[in-house]
Amino acid sequence: MSYEEKGTWIYLVTSTGAYAVYLVIVIGRLLVMPVPQVAYISVLLWTTGASILASIVGRVVVETARPSDSRRSDVRDKEISQFGEHASRWFIVAGSAAALIMAMARWDYFWIANVLYLGFVLWAVAGSAIKLVAYRRGLQPA
Amino acid sequence: MSKPTKITNSIRVLRFAHGEMTQARLADQVGVTRQTIIAIEQGRYSPSLEMAFEIARVFKVPLDEVFHYPGG
Repeated sequence: MSYEEKGTWIYLVTSTGAYAVYLVIVIGRLLVMPVPQVAYISVLLWTTGASILASIVGRVVVETARPSDSRRSDVRDKEISQFGEHASRWFIVAGSAAALIMAMARWDYFWIANVLYLGFVLWAVAGSAIKLVAYRRGLQPA
Repeated sequence: MSKPTKITNSIRVLRFAHGEMTQARLADQVGVTRQTIIAIEQGRYSPSLEMAFEIARVFKVPLDEVFHYPGG
């Protein structure tokens, strides 16, 4: 497994894990208080920060346990990365469009922020999954 | 994305004909990772025309001795 493929696995795991933790905490608060009182901003920022830190630590741990031949990326890594991000971009578009509509309908900031966050998470998760499929099953230029 | 390519190649045969060249050594000479050479050999990745020429140059053979297209 190449350095970049390992990094994609780590990113997928940490971004999914961070969002799962966020959901557990925020949904727990949603069940006991009204939406305007739910403190989600600090949880969002902390889980995002923890995800970035976990990615860095994960890379160091994995490279220590199973060192890669090389840490450089090549043209195939770049093509797979671009393909994954291009194919998953619709989650960002959908999240942004939903947030726009919710803002025009004067929804609470909580829902607008969360639909945007969901869009980013789905973009990251779907993009990583698509990249991993491309690494495993192959990538043929269109 | 995973649509199989019709292009086949003789990289594995050429490596063995060139002193059992390792995938890692070929990768170094072409400037890619060993995983990319593995993916090309297995038909999971179609290299650019430029990379195909670089691979052929390493083996000092014409391009069509490395890569083959059916009916050609």
